[in-house]
Order: sequence, then structure tokens, then C-alpha cells
Amino acid sequence: MPTQNSHSAAASHESIASRTIQITFAALLGVFVLGGVGFSHISAVHNATHDVRHATAFPCH
Amino acid sequence: MSLFRTILFVAALAGIGTGLVGSAVHIFTTVPLILQAETFEGSGEAEAPAPAEAATHEHAPGTAEHSHDADEWGPADGFERNAYTVLAMVLTGFGFGLLLVAASELAGGLTGWRQGVIWGLAGFAVFTLAPGLGLPPELPAMPAADLAARQVWWVGTAAATAAGLALIAFGRTPVLAILGVALIVAPQIIGAPQPASHESPIPESLHHSFVVATIVASFVFWSLLGGLAGWLRPRLATPGT
Repeated sequence: MPTQNSHSAAASHESIASRTIQITFAALLGVFVLGGVGFSHISAVHNATHDVRHATAFPCH
Repeated sequence: MSLFRTILFVAALAGIGTGLVGSAVHIFTTVPLILQAETFEGSGEAEAPAPAEAATHEHAPGTAEHSHDADEWGPADGFERNAYTVLAMVLTGFGFGLLLVAASELAGGLTGWRQGVIWGLAGFAVFTLAPGLGLPPELPAMPAADLAARQVWWVGTAAATAAGLALIAFGRTPVLAILGVALIVAPQIIGAPQPASHESPIPESLHHSFVVATIVASFVFWSLLGGLAGWLRPRLATPGT
């Protein structure tokens, strides 16, 4: 990717550790949301998201 | 927490836009095929070539029963059902948007829509193509292996494919790129959990139409999600992130 270094100067405003923690929390929130929509074994949740689970090829049923 | 807020807003806006467009695409393409397939479940099995068998081979041992029983809550067909599809699609866009934007921040952050589309294509490969090779999109009433086992394979395959692509794109030596290729191939060699029999009351032509519609809709979803995220990111990022 051509932009790999374009933010390296700006990144110095925040420590690497702080960036890593924030990125990790954002990714974990994403996993949590997708887990609820696509992977929940709760019947009511499954029924509500049924068509999306099939249509986006999450494992269903 | 400015970086976290940036990722959150970019993912939320891109997810809402992609979810609305994506659910419209699904409601007009894949959902009618799902509804058609559901006529082969339960009473619809009379139309199947081998109705007696259809009732017994639907699930591998240990698989939970279908959740279409009348005593369980489910949205009413029509508007309510489609409204939940829109909601679930927006949440799917938000969730995948969070993963896409978070991953791209590790590489410095998205700088424009075109770069975002390329990240979206990576998401398409990771979350649609790779898991779909072993577990093709399936319709209701089709036989499938144990749900939990398939979910584990699906998540493992997506994770290995993402790591493999990252090694190919950002690895500094050819050895790392080769390792990346191996990581992408490995889950396909292990193989996805398969049902004891693929015999299904669903006509092959209906399933084929569904696979094509699902993968094309997913391609549109990921291109749009990446493009929107790439376009929004420089506009929402606070200086210094």
C-alpha cells in the first residue's frame, strides 16, 4: 500500500501503544457486533437475522 | 480516544450506507430465493422428489433442529421480516466496517475511496470467497454439518486468510509471502465440515442462482463498504491521528 508511511509522522502524536489499544478495541467491538448478527445461537436473534445470515453466507441452521 | 472515535464514526457511517444499499440488493435478489427455498421445508416437502427422505436427512447428528417452529418468536413475513433484514444488514456493515477500518489503521489508515475499495476487495476475499469455497452459501432445507463446527471452520478460515493476505501485502521478505499463501491454502486442505449426504429437496438450479446472487451481492457490499470507508476516513480523522 502506497500510504504505509504517510501517517508515520502524525502517529507520533499518540504513542504506538495507545494506537494499538484503540485499534484492538474497535476490532473487538466489530467481532462482538458480527457475533450477535451472524453467529448467535439464540433462537429469536437467529429468526430476526435469518435472511441476512443466509444471504451473506454466515453458517446458518 | 480520538483514533477509536474516528474508526467508530467511519465504520458506523460506511456501515449504515452499505447496509441500506446492501439490504435493498438482498431484498430484491437473494431473499426471494430464500422464500422459494422455504417452500421445500415442512409442508412444502410434498413437492420434493423423495419426500420421506427429505424429512430425515436435513441435519447431521448433533445439529440443532430448525428454528422455524411456530412456538418460537420470529418476524412476520413481509414488512416486519424485511425490516429486520435491513437492521441486520446495517449491523453487518458496521461490524465488518469496524474490522476493515481497524485493520487499515494498522497499515497507516485509508487515504481515499480507491484505496478503500482495494481493502474492501480484501474483505470480500477473506469473508466471502475463502469461507465460501468450503461452505458455499446455503438455502433453507439444505443439509449441513453441525452448526458450531461450521462456525469454527468459518472463523478460522477467515482469520487465516486475513493473516495470509497481510503477510503477502506487507511482509518484507518472499518467505513471508510464501507463508501467507500457505496460510490461505491450509484451511481449504483441512476442509470444512460437510453433511453426511448432500442430497437435498432444493433444485440444483435454485441453489446455483442463490450462490451467484449471494456472491455478487457480497462483492457489491464489500466494494461499497471499502469505498465509503476510504472516502470518509480522511474527512473524519482528527488531525494528529
